[in-house]
Amino acid sequence: MNFLPRTKRRSHDPTEENGKAENGNGSVDIPGVLHRGPGRNGATNGNGDGNGNGEGGKGKGRVDLPALGQQAAEVPISAISWLEERTGGSAIGRALLLRKVPGHDWSYTLGSAVMFAFLSQAVTGVFLAMYYDPSVTGAYESTRHLTNDVFLGELVRGMHRWGSTVMILLLFLHMGQTFFIGAYKYPRELNWVIGVVLLVLTLAMGFTGYLLPFDQRSFWATVVGVNINASGPVVGPYLADFLRGGSEFGATTLSRFYAIHMLLIPGLIGGLIAAHLYLVIRLGTTAPPWVKAAKKKELSKEEI
Amino acid sequence: MATPRKGKRKSPYLKDRHTPAAYEGETVTRRSLFTGGAMAAGGIASAAFGLPALGFALGPIFEDDTPGTFLDVGPEADFNTATYVPKVITIVPRGTGEAGKTTVYVRRSDPARDRDKLGQPYIVLTTRCAHLGCPVRYVQASERFICPCHGGVYEFDGKVSGGPPVRPLDRFETKVEAGRVSVGPRFSVNSKLERHSVRDPSNHLDGLWQYLYPPRPST
Repeated sequence: MNFLPRTKRRSHDPTEENGKAENGNGSVDIPGVLHRGPGRNGATNGNGDGNGNGEGGKGKGRVDLPALGQQAAEVPISAISWLEERTGGSAIGRALLLRKVPGHDWSYTLGSAVMFAFLSQAVTGVFLAMYYDPSVTGAYESTRHLTNDVFLGELVRGMHRWGSTVMILLLFLHMGQTFFIGAYKYPRELNWVIGVVLLVLTLAMGFTGYLLPFDQRSFWATVVGVNINASGPVVGPYLADFLRGGSEFGATTLSRFYAIHMLLIPGLIGGLIAAHLYLVIRLGTTAPPWVKAAKKKELSKEEI
Repeated sequence: MATPRKGKRKSPYLKDRHTPAAYEGETVTRRSLFTGGAMAAGGIASAAFGLPALGFALGPIFEDDTPGTFLDVGPEADFNTATYVPKVITIVPRGTGEAGKTTVYVRRSDPARDRDKLGQPYIVLTTRCAHLGCPVRYVQASERFICPCHGGVYEFDGKVSGGPPVRPLDRFETKVEAGRVSVGPRFSVNSKLERHSVRDPSNHLDGLWQYLYPPRPST
């Protein structure tokens, strides 16, 4: 049953989740903040009660502190409901966080781990770009400066440098977990394909980022890497020309790698992660093979 | 609104015939015309920025950027036929600093030893290994060029002696004017020391393999 799309699964057990998916006031017990309409605040303190206290306070010439506290407590709730009324964002939150997960263990967090590694790379990368100079004459010097002189520069660059390795490591673990669980099968084949594209793009990030410090190691490693691309039959030399921006390794090569590294590929990765997550939410996750079908009812009782 | 004729004629343009303002006898409904028009406009607008950007990024592939200039490396007295003398030349002049320079090995051609038909008065070899582009080093004791990366070894005239390189070391055109030697464009050679246009390292120039790496517009 887990292999069916969500819409088909729902028809088996109509009481299972229609209640909370369709309207917030249904039988499912969800926080009062998320309820819509005037019944939201419950019986204890409505709006009328708060206004009455405020008028009374004028006459007595002093502030009613407990009433103010209640009003203050209302502020985040009303802010959230203001936002909810206009965006319907709680539906997204429910789809993301309150979806059913059919049996899982810690290995199911690897995908999120890769995503957070990517976010860490994105954030540290943005701040490294504030100090980095992508010119042939300035790249090495600016890297040295941001590493040795800038406050916390060593830490931020270190996070970016080692984080890249961590991200690729986690990516392979995530891929292996998906493979061994069998989560690439129908109807999730497309998500596997998107994941493979994300793997290739992440490796391309590693390749293009390696050049940027522009020391001897990164220079010659990139020369070798570009020439490995050139060794591909027929199209290889053209690919190498594209990467170098010409037939020789020159000034355009570094700025090209920089643009690919910080603009082109991160945009593609961000878009594909969104597609990847959308398919995870639409299709749900796969139960591990050792979770038996008979246990499913017991598991669904535990949920929420 | 005219009553539509059902089942008489089927045209892909007429699936909107029940919509308001559709009338009898028209070949393309207003709705499908506007849908097609909006899509075409979007396509033209996307192509208007997409194609120039693509051409901008891919342009260097189709543009010959090899410099045709000759660079002076010193008087004839600096060089002999017995050994190679390293000289530094700038191959990428524009804004590349140290990264645009490269070392070349220069030796006077010896008619008794060099039987190639390349016709260069001086033999100038690149330091770029024909395997993957690492810098090779000349060792006089063994009269060999040795690459530090993956163990490529070349003979005195640049032919492959061992290791992974697929062809001899590239050479440069040379000329002598008023007693001074100058170095011109680079070219590649196959195992018989026959001249070809510049190829990337790892590109074969012998046997059937050479047909997988045809000459390309950028060199």
